[in-house]
This record gives sequence, C-alpha cells and structure tokens, in this order.
Amino acid sequence: MSEKRVGVYICHCGVNIAQTVAIEELKMFASTLPHVKVSENYMYMCSEPGQELIRKDIREKRLNRIVVAACSPRMHEPTFRNTLQSAGLNPYCLEIANIREQCSWVHHDQKQATAKAKGLLAAAVSKAALLEPLEEKEVPVTPTAMVIGGGIAGIQAAIDIADSGFKTYLVEKEPSIGGHMMQLDKTFPTLDCSACILTPKMADIKNHPNIELLAYSEVVDVKGFVGNFQVTVKKKPRYIDETICNACGTCAKYCSIAIVDPFNEGLSKLKALHIPFPQAIPAAYVISPKECRFLREGTCRQCEQVCNELHAINLDMKEELIELEVGSIVVATGFDLFDANRKPELGYGRYENVITGMEFERIVSASGPNLGDLRINGKKPKEVVFIQCVGSRDKTVGNEYCSRVCCMYTAKHAHLVHEKLPDANITIFYIDVRAFGKGFEEFYDRVKGEGVYYRRGNVSEVYKKADKLICRAEDTLLGKPIEVEADLVVLATGMQPSTSAPEVAKLMKLSTSPDRFFLEAHPKLRPVDTGSDGVFLAGCCQGPKDIPDTVAQASASAVKAVIPLARGMVKTETMVASVHDAACRGCGFCVEACPYDAIALAEKAVNGDTKTVAVVNEVLCKSCGACSAVCLSGAIQQAGFTDNQILSVLQSIGKVY
Amino acid sequence: MKFEPTIVAFLCNWCTYAGADLAGTSRFQYPANVRIVRVMCSSRINPAFIVNAFLEGADGVLVSGCHPGECHYINGNFMARRRFVLLKRFLEHLGIHPDRFKMSWVSASEAGKWTEVVKDITDAVKILGPNKIKREQVWMQQSL
Repeated sequence: MSEKRVGVYICHCGVNIAQTVAIEELKMFASTLPHVKVSENYMYMCSEPGQELIRKDIREKRLNRIVVAACSPRMHEPTFRNTLQSAGLNPYCLEIANIREQCSWVHHDQKQATAKAKGLLAAAVSKAALLEPLEEKEVPVTPTAMVIGGGIAGIQAAIDIADSGFKTYLVEKEPSIGGHMMQLDKTFPTLDCSACILTPKMADIKNHPNIELLAYSEVVDVKGFVGNFQVTVKKKPRYIDETICNACGTCAKYCSIAIVDPFNEGLSKLKALHIPFPQAIPAAYVISPKECRFLREGTCRQCEQVCNELHAINLDMKEELIELEVGSIVVATGFDLFDANRKPELGYGRYENVITGMEFERIVSASGPNLGDLRINGKKPKEVVFIQCVGSRDKTVGNEYCSRVCCMYTAKHAHLVHEKLPDANITIFYIDVRAFGKGFEEFYDRVKGEGVYYRRGNVSEVYKKADKLICRAEDTLLGKPIEVEADLVVLATGMQPSTSAPEVAKLMKLSTSPDRFFLEAHPKLRPVDTGSDGVFLAGCCQGPKDIPDTVAQASASAVKAVIPLARGMVKTETMVASVHDAACRGCGFCVEACPYDAIALAEKAVNGDTKTVAVVNEVLCKSCGACSAVCLSGAIQQAGFTDNQILSVLQSIGKVY
Repeated sequence: MKFEPTIVAFLCNWCTYAGADLAGTSRFQYPANVRIVRVMCSSRINPAFIVNAFLEGADGVLVSGCHPGECHYINGNFMARRRFVLLKRFLEHLGIHPDRFKMSWVSASEAGKWTEVVKDITDAVKILGPNKIKREQVWMQQSL
C-alpha cells in the first residue's frame, strides 16, 4: 500500500469560523497528526483560489488524501470532490470536518469550540487515512417524467417537461385537472379572469402529444431511484369511459340523486352523475360512487340505458393499477384551505352571512351558483366586513406562517364589492398588509382610494344583533375596542398543507418543515429540490404562494426534472456495500437486513472451494449500511463507512485535546 | 476543574445530521460537549460502535435518526430502535450506566429539538460524572 499523504485545509469562512475557532492553533494541531504532510488555512476554501491551493498541493506535494475543515459536507462535499477530481485524485479520497454548522455557529466559547474543532479534525484525518478510492458508475435513465397534482403548478410543470420533448404523466386525484385556480373568479392584481387564463393550459394538457393525463388517479407506490422510478398509480373507477363520453349531459338529466357541489364550495347542488365543472379536462362525466343509487343500493342503472348510442357508461368498472416507469418526479400536490369552523368565535357555520374567501369567489364568479350576482339571502349587502389572517399567523390553530395571498385576495374582493355594489361600505380588518409582489402595493393603493376602510385589528368575535352581524375588535391604531356592523362577513382563510401531504411524503421520502409543508433541499439555493434525488417540488405543497410564484416554481422544477432525462445517464450510489468473500460465512443476516433486496446468497468459487456467500447488486444498493451493522464477521462493508473507518473516528473524536 | 463530559453522537445523514446543520444555520447555541459522527442511516450503527465509544473515553453516547416511519431507507430506524433497546439493557452488565446512552428522533427541520436533546444528555451525563471505564484515569491525570 502506498504511503498516505494527507493534506489538511482549514477554512475561515470569512469570520464565520474564524471568530470562534482559533484557526492558527487548529492548523498547528493538524500538522502534528499522523500522515499529515500539509496543513493550510485560507479565507474561503470553496473559492477558486482556495480550491487551487488544494489542486496545487495534490500535484506538487503528491497528496493522496484531503481533509477540508469547513462547512457541512451536505453543503460543499460535491464542490471539493470536483476539486480533487480536477487535480487527478479520486474524488472519494476526501473527508470533511464540519466545523461551521456543528461547531463555530453553535458555540460562543472560543476555547471550547477550538477544542471541539480539534476533535472533529483529528477524527476526519484518521478516517481520511483509511479512505479508499471509489469508482462512479452510471446507469441509463428512463426518459419520462411524472407530475403529481393537476393544479396550475402541475399543469405548468407537465407542459414544460413535455415541451422539452419528454413523455410526461400527469396524475390528478380529482376527476378533472384545474385545482383551486379554476375556482377563482379574478386574479390579483391584474384582475384577469382566472378560468380564462387557465383553460387554455388545461386544453394543452389534453392535446399535447407528450402528455398522458391520468385523472381521478392516485400514486400508491414509488420504488427505485432517480432515473429509474417504478410508480404504481391507482386509477379510480369513473364509471364512465372518458375516451368515449362526449359530455352531452343527457345521462345527468336522468340521474335523480343530488349531491353537494364541491367545486362551488357547497353553495349549489350537483347530480351524482355529473361533470365537475363545464370546462373540466378530461371533458367527461363521472359518477360519485358514495352517492350513486345503483352503486349504493344495487338498483337504478337509468343512466346506462340512456347512453344507448355511445355506451360510455359502465357501472361495473373496477379500479385499475397502472405501472409506470419514470426518470424524475415533480410533486405539485397543492394546498387545502383552512377550515373556518376551527375559529368558532367568527361565526362561520352559525351565521349564513359569514362566508369564506373561496365561497365569495364562487358567489361573484359569473360561472358560480349566483351567476355573479352578489346577494346574500336574496339581499344586496350594504355593510361588508373582511377579516384577514383567519388560520394564518395564528399560533392557537398551529399555523404560525403567513399565507401570502390573503391580503391581496381580500383587496381584490373589496374591489369587486365596490364594483358590483358601489354604495356598500367596506371594512377590512387586518394585522399587517403585506403587498410585496409586483403591482401589489399599487393595487392596494387603488383599493384604498375606492373608499375601502382598512382598520388595524384582529376581530375577536362576530355575533348577531337584530338582523345585523356585529364584528368586535380592538382598533390597535386608535387603541380602543370597536364594533362594526355587517350584512356580510368574509373570512380570509389561509392555506394549509393538503390532507394528502403526509401520504405523499411517505411515498416519496420527503421531509416537512415545521409548518408541515414539504421541505426543500436548501431554502436559498435548492428551493425546488428535495432530499430525494430526482423528486422536485412545485407550487403550494412547498409553502403558500400566489399564482405567478407558483408558475415560476413549476417551470423551475420542470427544468430540474428534465436534467436527468436530458443527460440520459445518472450516477448510481458509490458508497455501496461489498463483500469480502473469504470472510463471509453465508449466514444471510445481511440479506434480511437489506431494505432493498439488494443482497442475495449465491454459490461462488472462493480460494479454490465453492461456498455460499452474499452477493450485492450494486444498482439496487442505496448505501444505508444496514448490512454492515449486522455482519458478525465484518465481511460486508459499506464503502466510505467501513467498520475500520468508523472505529478510527471513535478513537480520536472523543479525546480531550 | 469542572467536569466537562464528552458525548459522541451518531447521526443519520438525512434527518438528525441535517437538523444539527440547521441548528447551526439558525445560530442556536448548545453545549460544546457533543461530537458528531455522521453515518448514512441509524441502521448502520453497530452496537459495538457504542461500546467502543465508551471504551475510547466517551462519557455519553447519543444515537439519533429519522422519526419512526420516516426513514430515508424504508425501515432502517426501526432496526436501530430494536437493536438499541436491547443494548441499553446490556450496557448495565458492562458497568456502564444506561442513562449514558440515549436514542432520539430528530428530523431535518427540528433544529430546536436537536439543541434540547444535546442539552438533556449533557446535563444527565454531568450528573453521572466521568465514564468509569477509561475516562476516569484520563481525568485524574489531567487534574494533577
């Protein structure tokens, strides 16, 4: 074995590390450690001159193992691996001592932090001496993508990926794509008609040669890894063949069961056999199985008899499992609106003239149950009160975050009221007005100019007095309690993670942030990536967003999803397990421990004898190391985390220096 | 001289190690006694590593991974949990107080919980005093 020549490079990270860790002392200490030939420090190791320092020493001082004491390996391990590679050294001959995130940033005391940094550095050096060069392998990629969720985020991502020339599956759990944006009347601040700008995109989904829409379907299983995911999609029975149905609507006339219309937020009724909304894609009817008389009671089948030319209705349809192979996945599962019933003091559900923002959207929408006529119980409201931050910025309901859209949609609502009922008095109760986006502040100004009365205060109670509602609040600018009369109270309910989010997180191995939305890989630099390679986030599943931000993020995640597809190859895990055949006793403990069935027992010729040994399938191995932990003879070892490497770390990390 | 224990913490790359990084980014402060060893999954941690850490002088050992059901590798943390429940009982037979060993579940976003876990085990081990196996001799020599 050739001599181990270790180079140690300590980063100041400006003052991020240097202000708490004594760099010179650490540098001197490193030079006393075994195998260390070079011990250097630099202001920013990750900068080009910093990296050149390492490259130069590799070439000139024949270093063959590199230790960088800097930020977390989760941050710059790839950077420094590239540095090694560009200097002709195997990129896996690198070990990083995390002295920033896990040392200088979390300790104030310089003495203690320096002592700890020494321990971390000594451990890294001892492990580096035992590192072995590893070979990177590549496997071909399935050139298709899957987008989960057919709201505006999923629609945009699917179109962008498909436009790049890759086959895209769009999976939507509801019978039609469109999502929440389809329910909106106008969009702020431009007052575009929401449906008018969305429906062309929905039609693109239907007509695009590269897009296969799987509506009324749910992802039930995801296996594999970036480039080679195996996905199982459950297609729920629609009871109407969407490829045959021409949406003539004759069948619905014969359906006698009325159900609540979720698209109109329960403000109107639908038939059990219905089309979700007129512009639905796929443009086909659907039967709600919980309400359909035949599916519940076993008699009826009227609709089937009516559809006697096309025979599109099939009440015996069963759910189908579809297996898909995809290279990358975009998660765009969206949000749910906060349930206003959780704030009973605001009277929602008790008084019918207390409504949510989304209900208001449906009422004022020309395609809504009132055909755009703003009336409550047949009467035009004279006093309209909007209450902001319902279910947002509210620790009592567990939602500490700002939902980012409510300030502006309330301003839009106020504008719409003013437009439809110019004589109405409009009051908006707010905590802070956040008009941060392009054109938002200008729109807010315009609405204020229309005579809308903004009052700073959180409404504590809404109660009924005669035929009026009374909103009680403290006006925090006046510093006194006030009561405002209302004929209509609109609650600006915020966003929450979709109820399906925990299930999706489990399937795709996604983390969630404390607000329960999906966690991105890095809040600043990798905002659409996730901890799972090949899985990307778009839209409100990652956090509340307005439409422009959602569309921008969807396009970003589409590009990210296209990268592996366009490259055609992905690197497989490098730090895989391998078996020392002579030491293996063929017990099979590792076979049981492997969560991926990547290990099997096989007969093999070892030193002239035939014996049973464990064999690792390197493509399936995900580098968890579970096998190494259960091996009694130390025969199976995870590269980069071998028993010897970890034991050497333990020898030096706990010492008092 | 005040007793400052050394705590060796084995953290899985995907949850607790990332959570500890987040604690850094958020500038949360916690005792400098903890020294982190990164592994890809808590299932990689051989119980012998824990015993070895004590033999090498650690006063406390912490294992922390993803919450049950949220393992990056399907079920690795369940394997770890089973293993370390047994180890905790076994430590007593080795003459190591079981409270010196702790298991926790900290996700990538739970920076606050991570600082609490570190504070808890550091306080607990401070009460127990130096690890008798090796640390006591080292400590005596240093105090002289």
